[in-house]
Formats: sequence, C-alpha cells, structure tokens
Amino acid sequence: MEHYTMNLTLKVWRQKNKKTAGKLESYKVENISSEMSFLEMFDVLNEQLIIEGKEPIAFDHDCREGICGMCSMYINGQAHGPWQQNTTCQLHMRAFKDGDTIVVEPWRSAAFPVVKDLVVDRSSFDRIIQAGGYISVNTGNAVDANAIPIDKKNADDAFMAAACIGCGACVATCKNGSAMLFVGAKVSQLALLPQGGPERESRVLNMVAQMDVEGFGNCTNTYACEAECPKGISVANIARLNSEYLKAGLSTEEN
Amino acid sequence: MGITGLFLILFLIVHAGINACIFLNDNGKTFNDVAHFMSHNWIMRFLEIGLFSGLILHIIQGLKLWSQNNKARPIEYHYNQPSKNSKWYSRSMGILGTLLLLFLIIHLSNFYVGTKVALYSGDQYHNLFEEMKEDFSNYWIVLIYVIGVSALYWHLYHGFQSAFQTFGINHKRYTPILKFIGITYATVICILFALMPISMFFKWIV
Ligand code: SF4
Ligand code: FES
Repeated sequence: MEHYTMNLTLKVWRQKNKKTAGKLESYKVENISSEMSFLEMFDVLNEQLIIEGKEPIAFDHDCREGICGMCSMYINGQAHGPWQQNTTCQLHMRAFKDGDTIVVEPWRSAAFPVVKDLVVDRSSFDRIIQAGGYISVNTGNAVDANAIPIDKKNADDAFMAAACIGCGACVATCKNGSAMLFVGAKVSQLALLPQGGPERESRVLNMVAQMDVEGFGNCTNTYACEAECPKGISVANIARLNSEYLKAGLSTEEN
Repeated sequence: MGITGLFLILFLIVHAGINACIFLNDNGKTFNDVAHFMSHNWIMRFLEIGLFSGLILHIIQGLKLWSQNNKARPIEYHYNQPSKNSKWYSRSMGILGTLLLLFLIIHLSNFYVGTKVALYSGDQYHNLFEEMKEDFSNYWIVLIYVIGVSALYWHLYHGFQSAFQTFGINHKRYTPILKFIGITYATVICILFALMPISMFFKWIV
C-alpha cells in the first residue's frame, strides 16, 4: 500500500478523574504517517501537548501487539475503531484519510468507571475471573500433556474461547453494557475441558453472580459483541454459558 | 423473556388460524361459529387467564431488562455507530414491544371488549364478523393494524431465534433451521394478520 501523510482533527474525551464530568476536546495533528499505529499517532499528539505545556492524554496500552487487551478506545463510534477483529494498537493510520475528524471516547459502562481521560478501570473483569476462573490440580510434577484424552473439537472450541484477551470491547459495544461474551468465553474455555470438571457447577454460578454484582447489563442477543470482538469470540459461547447456567442452577443444592 | 415469548408465539398460531376462517368467504359463518365456541367454552376462558398472565409477565420482564440495561450504561457515547455491528431490529425490541402494547390496547378495545360486553349482556350470537367489517372500513384503523403487524413482524423476527440462544441452544446444524422456522413463522403469521383488515377494507371479503 502506498505511503501517505495526513492532517487530522481529533476529538478526544478529557476527564480529570472518576468524580469530575468530562468533555470532548479538539486537537489538530499534522504529518501523520499512514504506517503509524493509532497509538503512535496518540504518542505524537501527547509529545505535542507536552511541548505546549499541556496535560498529555491518559490512555491505556501495554503490549501494542494485540494480545494484552489494554488499549481500550472507542474510535469513531466503534470499539477499537473501524477494522474488524482488531485492537486499537493494531489499527493503523491507513484506515483514515487526510482531513478526517476522529472521535475518541473511553469505554462507557457502569462497571468500567473512567479513571482519567481514556483510561477505564476494568477490575470488574478480574473479580469475575477470581469468582470461578480456576481449576483444581494436584501439586508435584506436571502431568504429561497428553495424559488426558480430549476430543479434538472440544479442544479447538476451548482454545478459541481462551483467545479472549479481556479487553472489554464486547461490553463497550453492547447497547446493554452486557459482559456475556467475556463471561461466556471464560466459562467455556474450562467447561469444555476435563480439567474444568470439578468446579464446573460452582464456576458458572459464581461468575454469573459476580457479573451481576458488578452492574453489567443483560444480553438481548444483538450480537454486536461478536462483531466487535478483536479475537472473534463467537456468541456460541454465550449460548454455552446459558446452558451451563441453566443446568447448574437446576442441579445445585445450594440456594 | 424467552419462555413467555415462545408461549405468546404459540398463542398467535391459534389466533391467526381462527381468524383465517374469514378467508373462507362464507359471510363469516365459520368464523363467527368458532369465535362463539372460543368465548363460550370454560377451557378457553381458563387458558385466557394463562395468556394474559404470560403477556403481563413478558411485559414485566421487558421493563426489568430495560431498566437494568439503562443503568449499565449511564453515560452514552457522543458518537456511536451501532449499525456497523448489529441489526436495527435486534436493538429495537423494547420500542417494537411498546408499539405492540399500544396496538394491543387499541386492538383489544376494538374487539375483545365488545365480545365480552356481548357475552355478559346475554347477547346470544354476537356477530364479530360484522363488527370487523365495520371497523375495517375505516382507513386509519386499517393503517394502525398494518403498522401494528409490521412491529410484530420485526419483534418475532428477532425474538424467535433469540429465545433459543437464551435457552442455550446455538448449534451448527440446528440453529440455521430454527432461524428459518422463525422467519417463516413471522412472515406467514404477519401476512395473514395484515391481510384481514386489508381484504375487508377493499371488500375482497363480504
Ligand atoms: S470476548 Fe472479545 S471483546 Fe470481550 S473481552 Fe474477550 S476479547 Fe475482548
Ligand atoms: S496494547 Fe495490548 S492489545 Fe493493544
């Protein structure tokens, strides 16, 4: 693809802290290379702000290679911007044209409060994982990886579910702010494998209970999450979560 | 939501089936007979209670979803493009449902109330068919019905397959079949319903 440079107008959400109200501020950036990543473009803008003596924009990032799930930005009305199955750090500026205006907002969800500017607190996801995302293993030497036979399809499906990077795009995108795709992936990756067996019931019940405590919304099956998930997590995982939950709810002896 | 929804879907089959009797074009004889049977049968009266409970439960569940989901996103995006990732009708079940409820109020006050008044005032043979003909000679009533049925179409289009996902059924082989059944069901039922006021308005049925 031909290299080109562009001048852009950015409208970025600025918010001092959790308590204050924020607003969109306009910035201009010039000579942005089409080969930069979206976050590199933000680095350029922040350098510019620092030189001007202004407060740089706070945004989350870590790996910058699409695997950590930190780079939460709602770009031009879509989680992680216009490209499919892609994170913000892997979005490149060739997705935009010279003269474009780009609106950048943080994830908006009651369960992901804004910490500052574009940074949100996703620890609600961590608490859901803590509620059931573990398995029992014997200590001592690691068991031979092939000791337990696993059906190929289950292994594949579990692997696909395990690809979830906990980025929160599903929640950010869902009109109901529902975390069902994330929780569906976390429950599925263990429910599909024999290693997940011992906690199978309690896991789904506890994770769903924690999800509700955190204030995520309810799934109404719009499937917007699947369309925006950078890892292509399928809504079949939500159905699996539903059936695991129904079965566990019916068979559990606890209230 | 899914269970009550599928329950109401079952009811619609009966409703559409009975009403389709008007298409026999026998001056409403069969239709009036069946309607008479339905309103003078204690099993039906009993099922009616179940039907209304199902409907009210469906509405309560919907309101609960709506309020919880609103709380889950207290601040809206300034710029959002939901059409890039989902279908409008899947995001509009609440609005479609509200339209349906408004329509239902009109619909029940048109026919249900009249039938009940006739029943309890001792009118032995209430001519529902004539009442329909009279109401549906009015073009704006016909228009309201067509709008109501369109809302029903999109509500069912999303609702049917959505119910199965909620029950935990998402299967490579069965889900496409379920979707097909849902779309066919929505199409057939809604065409049947829409044709009733339309064909009476244009006097295809006399
Ligand atoms: S399911 Fe997809 S969108 Fe949701 S947290 Fe996991 S990777 Fe991100
Ligand atoms: S920074 Fe790690 S996924 Fe984007």
